Formats: sequence, structure tokens, C-alpha cells
Amino acid sequence: MREFIDGATAIVRGALDSGCTFFAGYPITPASGILMQMMRELPKTGGIAVQGEDEIASIGMCIGATLAGARAMTATSGPGISLYSENIGLAIMGEVPLVIVDVQRLGPSTGAATTVAQGDVQFVRWGTAGGYPIIALAPSTVPEAYRLTARAFELAERFRCPVFLLTDKELTMSLTTVDSESLTHDPVGARATESAGPPYRYEPADAVFPIHEFGSGATVRFTGSTHDQHALITKHGPTIGALNRHLIAKIEDHRDEIELVEVDADGDARTVVLGYGITGGAVRTAVARGRAAGKALTGVVVQSLWPLPETALRKAFDGMDRVIVAELNPGLYRREIDRIAMDRNVVGIERIDGDLITPDQILEMAM
Amino acid sequence: MTTVLPLPTYRNEKPYPFCPGCGHGSILDTLNEALVILGTDPAEVVIVSDIGCSGLSDQYFATSAFHGLHGRSITYATGIKLARPELTVVVIMGDGGTGIGGTHLINAARRNIGVTVLVLNNLNFGMTGGQHSTTTPEGAITSTTPLGNLEHPLEICGTVGVNGAGYVYRGTSFDEALHDRMVDAIQHPGFALLDIWDLCTAYFVPKNRMGKKGLEQTIDQLGLEKGVLYQRDAQDYGAAYRQAAAAAGVRRAPDTIPIEFASPLEAAMSFVVAGSAGAKVRSAARLFGEAGIRSGLWATLRGDYPVTVKTGHSVSQVIMSREQQPPVAVTIPDVLVLASDDGLKKVAGMAAAMGPGQLLITTPEFASVATGAEVLVVDPDAWSGRIPKTQLALVLLAAAARRTGVVTPEALAAAGAGPFETANLAAIEAGTSMVGRP
Repeated sequence: MREFIDGATAIVRGALDSGCTFFAGYPITPASGILMQMMRELPKTGGIAVQGEDEIASIGMCIGATLAGARAMTATSGPGISLYSENIGLAIMGEVPLVIVDVQRLGPSTGAATTVAQGDVQFVRWGTAGGYPIIALAPSTVPEAYRLTARAFELAERFRCPVFLLTDKELTMSLTTVDSESLTHDPVGARATESAGPPYRYEPADAVFPIHEFGSGATVRFTGSTHDQHALITKHGPTIGALNRHLIAKIEDHRDEIELVEVDADGDARTVVLGYGITGGAVRTAVARGRAAGKALTGVVVQSLWPLPETALRKAFDGMDRVIVAELNPGLYRREIDRIAMDRNVVGIERIDGDLITPDQILEMAM
Repeated sequence: MTTVLPLPTYRNEKPYPFCPGCGHGSILDTLNEALVILGTDPAEVVIVSDIGCSGLSDQYFATSAFHGLHGRSITYATGIKLARPELTVVVIMGDGGTGIGGTHLINAARRNIGVTVLVLNNLNFGMTGGQHSTTTPEGAITSTTPLGNLEHPLEICGTVGVNGAGYVYRGTSFDEALHDRMVDAIQHPGFALLDIWDLCTAYFVPKNRMGKKGLEQTIDQLGLEKGVLYQRDAQDYGAAYRQAAAAAGVRRAPDTIPIEFASPLEAAMSFVVAGSAGAKVRSAARLFGEAGIRSGLWATLRGDYPVTVKTGHSVSQVIMSREQQPPVAVTIPDVLVLASDDGLKKVAGMAAAMGPGQLLITTPEFASVATGAEVLVVDPDAWSGRIPKTQLALVLLAAAARRTGVVTPEALAAAGAGPFETANLAAIEAGTSMVGRP
């Protein structure tokens, strides 16, 4: 059977099918569709959805609910991510599993509410003090929006950290025909919890330990401040170092588990075209049209933006002379590609006028 | 049989870090007394602390604790209480928190979230150097009001009280019955707040020569009442939510679309419908796309509109194809449907760029629009029935379907079933009948 749905619907279904039990958000175009659907659907599943008084309250409620056993998601756009910033840091520090949907719109500032952009790709990575890692996934189609939402919940639980679903106005609000069967995902497993021992552990650095939840029968301490294993504030250098190394290693040492990159390789190609999110559609179409016109091209659509999927990208770049990076911002992700592309020629197709990059635009550069 | 003895204390063994004479320790001792009276399992008590001197409080209790960001303690407490209503959630914040987190304070009171808020109100920022806060009395000297405070102090109790809080009390750390008021507050099912004034001996006391008596006089001089100021029996938000949710029904299965018609379409075809916001442009485009899906095609629909809802343009782009496809941008469509002047303003350039082999369908009003495409004029006035503005986009799309043959009138009619079936069928019939096949 087929359906005609938008990305917001797919994200909400992905969340509910992943066992999301708590949502809080504040109205903002183009993310309001997710808020409204969650307010309507979550009570039907025994969960709770709240419209917060602002974005800060919304993410704060999500963090509190998560520590009390809920599986939580929030959704906003760039201006809301600005307000989430301090609590993104808290969720990193306190190791809170949380899915944050960023439906990007054109910035800076309030920018253009109903206009597409991909300008938050670096913002979500570096959007809070300290520079510690997060995970970000970017769906390029509606079925991917469903699957990557579920994947975001899996990764949030696995790594106990905020996971961003970085999407945009077009993917979230455009209708696409989908096969109902493509909107399925294995259930996300139950959270690993424990109620004995200290609430935090840092050794080995890359290990992720079960969560201590409020209401589990044992006393639980949580803090967003630099803390020892008992969640008590500390200024003890070796403890601080171990904590902070752990926050990095638990993600960076497990890149291979997170990397998700679609590579459509052509053995004869010397040019690779790379995109992500909504621009992935133009990349796929351009590669197909280019090949039909006799031009060998390799297409890459990055689904796990952060941490940078270096292994998969290096492999995709093998044998290529030129990397074309298409994105709806002033070349923000291209900086990362430049860093790993060695001596290859990296060129950007940037669009910051509120329109989508067209397949023709890519082909013009690639042919 | 196991006998559960009342805990002698909810404090841990650590001494408080507060300055000599600071009121915070005394208030925390009083909280301990209240918890002992209540006898709740310490694991089921969550102390949510804010930032500042009062933010250190949670570390001196053997209960569960959440230490978060400045001003946001009430938001975490709300999440915890909603997810686990059986927990006793006590927020400890300073007067600083009532400033930076003022909106959370008001809104938690308004929602009647079942948490207890203790404001350790020492009239200034003690941890960061004695700066003035929202509650610093007018004229008071602080490190940031060297000329005397010019700001009117926030009336915390009145603010939460008039906005729906369940239980509100004002007093000082010296109150004899403070532990009983804390017990009352914690036992209240709704939002409870205790505004507890106390002395900051590091900053406010020396700068303003204030002692116990001065503290109480200040409350009087500001014209503020002491004691239980508001008491309201209302269901807390979590309980109300769960009760309302019980009637929400179950998740509905997704609307699926059967493939019951056929389409001769081979290469992908793009349609742009340009009209006015509020004139059902997107609804018509959606119906058209669904007719394509019912005919075995894969459709995408992208919209472009301003932030306003019922004014300005509304442009929808539909691509039909034999293969699954992502929504991509169309620079020049195969078919442009132009329904209004708002729409023309957005697509005039697109119309001008169109050429032979492409089709522009519009009303007589725009018949002379600059375009290289073939222009097909459909005159709504020539139709026997009246065509309202809100049906024009669908009429023109039905004409486009008829002329291109991409979907049949039957497929359109099937897609038009539902609450607006009568109007949809009339529009489809009008558009279909007014043009011939190619």
C-alpha cells in the first residue's frame, strides 16, 4: 500500500514506533507539524506531550522526564536550537539520551520561517559551550526520516547523549509517495538501567554505563556540573580529565557504529558528488541523469553527519580527483570534506537564496 | 514482618558550606525536619536544585537529586513529575532563579504542576559577589546598585498566586512553624511555593545593616503579607492530563492509498499550481497528487507560501513519475496552472522561461501572460455552475489532467472523496468538461 505523507508525519511515526513516551516543544515554523502531531498522538499511547512556555522549558522538561524513565524527543528550528544551547550542554554532561529534531529554516536570526536551508549543520555540532561531541543524522527522503528517527532513539540510548535529527522545511512539509512497508523499523530495545553503585563511571573511557533513573527504588543523583562518579561537584583534576575524556571517547571511539553513508559508486568516475538531507535528492537525480548522458559519477549521500563519517567518506573518495559538495549554506560541511579530501579538488555548490539546489545545477558543475 | 522505622534524618553527614549566619543552612535543616515528618522514602524524594548558593543544597541530602542549569530547575522538575507522578519533587532555588527563570515559575504555577518550590530569598546574588536580584528592595545597596537599587522588587508570591498556584506561603528562615508549612506544601497536590526570606551575611547584611528584625521590617515596609497567602484545591496538571488522555482513543492506522487506476505517463512530469493563500491551492495539488498515486504513479508535492496563512501567494509543485523520487526543485515545469494575481507575482519569471511543448493553463484574466508555452484558457464563467475562488485551482488542475492525460477524471474523483466530495466532484467535472483531450 502507498501513502502520501510529509516528513513530519514520518518523524512522528518513527518516534512513536520507537517507544517515545514524552515530547515537549514550542511552536515554530517549520517544526510545528511535529509538535501538533505529537500533542495529538502521544496521549493515545499513554505518553505525555507538552507545549512548553518556550524552547528552554521544552528541552528542560524532556531532560527531566528522561531521567525519570521516559524516552523523550523535542523538535524545533534554528532559532529554537539557539535557546536549547545550554540544555544541550547539560544533556551532554549529564549523559541524557534525547532526540532533538532541527527542522532547518533560512537564517540567520528569525530568517525566513517558510524557507528551506541547511545552515545549522555546524551549529548543532558546536552549539553549546565546551566543544564536546554529539551525534547528528540527516534524512534525505521521507522513509529515511522515519528510519533515522528510530535510529536516533537507538543511538541516544546506546551512547547516552543528545542525537540530532537534522532536517529542513522541504523534507518536513513536502508530501512524498511512500510504500507503507518502507516505514517499518525493528523496535528500539529497552533502556539499560541499574540502581546499584555510583550513577556515573568513566573507565574504560569509551564504555557507556546503564542509567540510574529517578523512581527506580534507589537514591539517584544527577548533575550538569563537572562531577565525580557520585554526581558530586568536583575540582579534582584527574577525575575531571577522566569524565571529559569519557564524554569524547564514548562517541569518537565508536564512529564505526554510527557511520551511515549511502555511496552509489561508479568504477569509472573521477568525480564524486556529495550531499545530505534534502540536497541528497538532487544529488541522486543528478548522478542518474549524468550517467544517462554518459558521464561517470559517484554519488554520496551522508546520513550520519556527526561524528564525521571519515572512514566511509575516505573510501568513497578513493580514486576520485574531484569532490563536489552541494548544500544550502555557505559551504559549511565542505570545511569537513576539505579536511579529509587530501589533495583532491573540493568544490562547493552553495545556495543561500532560499531555493533548493537543482539536479541541473549539480550537473552543470559535474559534467 | 518488617517494620519500617522513620528515618532520623534525610541529611547526609556533610556539613553545609554556607557562610556563618547565612539563613540557607537553617532552611535546609527545616526541610529535613519536614521530610522526617513526612517519612517518604528518600529515593522517592527528588531535590531539584538551581544555581547559586542555594544550588549547592542538594549535595547535603541523602535523597535523590537533580542539579541543573540556572533558572531551569522548575522545567526539569516538571519533566520528572510528569513522567513519575508518584515522586515527591522539591525545587530549591534562590531569588536569582526567580529572575532568570521567571517564565518557568509563572507557567508551572499556571499549569499547577505538582511540585514544591522553596525560594531561598536572600535579596541578592550571594555566590557571585552580592549583585542585586529581582527581589532586592528599592534603595538597597549591592555591588551592582552602588547608588541604591532603582528597581521595584518582584512580588513572587502574588505573581504565582494570581496565576493559579495551589499553595503559596511567605515567611522567613526564622519562622517557628516553617517545617509545618513545608509539610503542607509538599502534601499539596498542586504547585506549591514557599518564599522564604533569609540573611546573606557575606553581602546583603553588611551593606544594608540588616538583621533578623530588619528582614521582617523590610517585608512589612514593602506592604507584603506573611503566612499562607493562596490556597487552591485543583487537580495538578499531570493528573488532569492523564484523565483527559484516557479519552483520547487509540492511534489511527495510516491512510493508505490503493492503486486502482492506470496512467500512460512515461517520463516524469512536473506541474506548478500558482494561486492565492487560502484558495485551497495546496488541497487541490494534494488531490491531484493522490490521483496520480491511485494511478500507480509516485507523486511529490512541495509548497511555497509566506508566513501569513490566508494572504499572499500559495504555490504548489507536483511531480508525477513512474519511479519513486525525492522532492526536488523544478525550475521550469511541464505544466503551469495559474489561478490568481498573487500566484502570477511568484511565477511570472517561470512563465516567461517556458517554451514550446510546455503548457500554461489559466483563466481569461491572465490569457496574455508573457510565456513561450502553449496557453490553454479555461473560462470559469462559461461553466453552467458557479465556480467559487476556492475551487478554481482544482478546476484548472482537472483541466490539466484532461489535457495531459496523466490521470483520469475517475482517478481525480476517487482522490476527491471525503468531507469535501461534493465540491471536489463539481470542480473536477467543470475542469474536465471545459477542455478536450489533447
